[in-house]
Amino acid sequence: MAKNGNGKGSMAKLAKAPTGIQGLDEITGGGLPLGRPSLVCGAAGCGKTLFATEFLVRGAVEHGDPGVFIAFEETAEELTANVRSLGFDLDKLVAQQKLLIDHIVLDSAQIEENGEFDLDGLFIRLGYAIDSIGAKRVVLDTIETLFSGFANQAILRAELRRLFRWLKDKGVTAVITAERGDGTLTRQGLEEYVSDCVILLDHRVTEQVTTRRLRVVKYRGTAHGTNEYPFLIDEDGFSVLPVTSTGLGHKASDERFSTGIARLDAMLGGKGLYRGSSILVSGTAGTGKSSISAHLARESCARGERCLYFAFEESESQIVRNMASIGIDLHQWIKKGLLRFVPGRPTANGLEMHLALMHRQIRQFQPRLVVVDPISNLAQAGTLHDATAMMMRLIDLLKTDQITAVLTSLTKGGEQREETEIGISSLIDTWLLLRTIELGGERNRGLYVIKSRGMAHSNQVREFLLTSRGIELLDVYVGPEGVLTGSMRTAQELRERAAEEERARDADSRRRSAERRRRTIEAQIAALQGELEDEADAERRVVASERTRLARRDEDRSEMARSRQADAPKPANGRGGARAGARN
Amino acid sequence: MSAAAKAKKKARAAAPEEFWNLRLYVAGHSAKCVAAVRNLNAFCETHLAGRYRIEVIDLLENPKLARDDQILAIPTLVRKVPEPLRKIVGDLSSSERMLVGFDLRQASP
Repeated sequence: MAKNGNGKGSMAKLAKAPTGIQGLDEITGGGLPLGRPSLVCGAAGCGKTLFATEFLVRGAVEHGDPGVFIAFEETAEELTANVRSLGFDLDKLVAQQKLLIDHIVLDSAQIEENGEFDLDGLFIRLGYAIDSIGAKRVVLDTIETLFSGFANQAILRAELRRLFRWLKDKGVTAVITAERGDGTLTRQGLEEYVSDCVILLDHRVTEQVTTRRLRVVKYRGTAHGTNEYPFLIDEDGFSVLPVTSTGLGHKASDERFSTGIARLDAMLGGKGLYRGSSILVSGTAGTGKSSISAHLARESCARGERCLYFAFEESESQIVRNMASIGIDLHQWIKKGLLRFVPGRPTANGLEMHLALMHRQIRQFQPRLVVVDPISNLAQAGTLHDATAMMMRLIDLLKTDQITAVLTSLTKGGEQREETEIGISSLIDTWLLLRTIELGGERNRGLYVIKSRGMAHSNQVREFLLTSRGIELLDVYVGPEGVLTGSMRTAQELRERAAEEERARDADSRRRSAERRRRTIEAQIAALQGELEDEADAERRVVASERTRLARRDEDRSEMARSRQADAPKPANGRGGARAGARN
Repeated sequence: MSAAAKAKKKARAAAPEEFWNLRLYVAGHSAKCVAAVRNLNAFCETHLAGRYRIEVIDLLENPKLARDDQILAIPTLVRKVPEPLRKIVGDLSSSERMLVGFDLRQASP
């Protein structure tokens, strides 16, 4: 009805006692039910005692709630020694009157039952312990031990029922631990008595890798996460990882940043990647996934932003050396504290543990960019399904914190599959696919932008070169023979250049012969012109000489007539003609 | 159990002069506690006349003692002397079981 764990200011809202255990308070919406007993059950070695101890220690240290630890299984010294490695100083808390440890010894060999009895002794002890330090929190670890101490189970059950009621009346927040039973939550069916909150701890081995899980089985009056949440126990104590609880409420950033590869930026709409987006770099072996990651890491550091690099394949020094060979100096950023490598074998831990450790590292280092190189290896640490779920949670986690994620994925086999082994491609915002293009006895690298949400990205393939100055992207040759790369591209370019030169030479010679022909014609024209002039000359000379001759003839004729004293005056023509004929 | 231990036990159980130091833990004056005190007195008079001492401790008055003597159930009868330490919980309604519990069966056939 009124399951409004998230609602605010509701009358029905249950008061809660924060456990201080990382993550658990998020799942339960604030902690365990205040003033009521909660049951924590699980098999041996799954961390019940630690859970209970941390509940008390955090309560005492962080919330100022004194606590009583009733230990049925361990002595106060054992308990203190066991949790010292987790940084809990129980002796100090005991000395400060913030903690009281009471070890209850039950030796059934010493005890004989005779007639009716009750557990008033336990109540008195507990009451005395609570009152002596004003305890607000109580742990009973593990109360089921009582069942081995007393034969009369009917009395015991009645007394336990009375005990839990009594604890409630006392108003203490109690944690009661119990062994997991066969097919039941607890061996002795304690869940019947403690019904407000039941938490189950589990310890599972899948393919030789152990994963601890926590589940809130029941939480009366509260909406709680019902999933199994992984938890881990390490030097900081208990932490639960409610990573799935983040949902999709993260804010999308408009901020863009450069990849450090100018032409890649150009392919990504000219401005590079979005902050807080998830980038997948997938490809077969040796396609340069790590190199692209290193570029992004260097670029991030150069902007003064911290980068966390999870290396699941190579050691830190190996990556630094290899990247130095392509001109990326990562060492300087490590020295400046902007870059941190977290190397680790995927099989060293269970997936949940990996996630938990990554989560922790991210919280501690506060990076703006996280590289996971590669994610495909993580599938080895668990089933594929688990690996997908884990990546989903990791991406969610990073997005919530506006951390850019760069994930590399190794695709197997010769096929250029456009999918990741781990099946997270749909979660990815920008996907760069690196392919080897095998042609003419060579393998060359090609880069595609398969998708890039929220930007106009290039649909073209680029040839991708690893040079001593980093990554260079080149246009590939696209011709009638398809896409050419590497020396085929170079050869094609050479051929084209040769053909071009050939054409140039050809044109030149054609031009020259044309010119020659023109000159020949011009020469011919000049010669003809000369002839023409000669002809005109000759003609003029003929005309002139004829005129001279006629003039002379006329002169001669008149001379002759004069000399013959011919009939005067005779017309000049008649006389002249007769004389000219005589002379010829 | 070795023969020697058996012999020793027999000797001790038979020893008439052995003094018994008994403590009965109660909580207030509940019916069970009152019955236990009554039953214990009757038992001791019958079987240990003249060589016992009963100390009745009310945990409501001395709650700290519950911790010191590892008392959970009420009433609890603790025999510290003679050894070994024995605890009997309940209202002590069966004197037969008391005899078994205190290894007294052989002493009173």
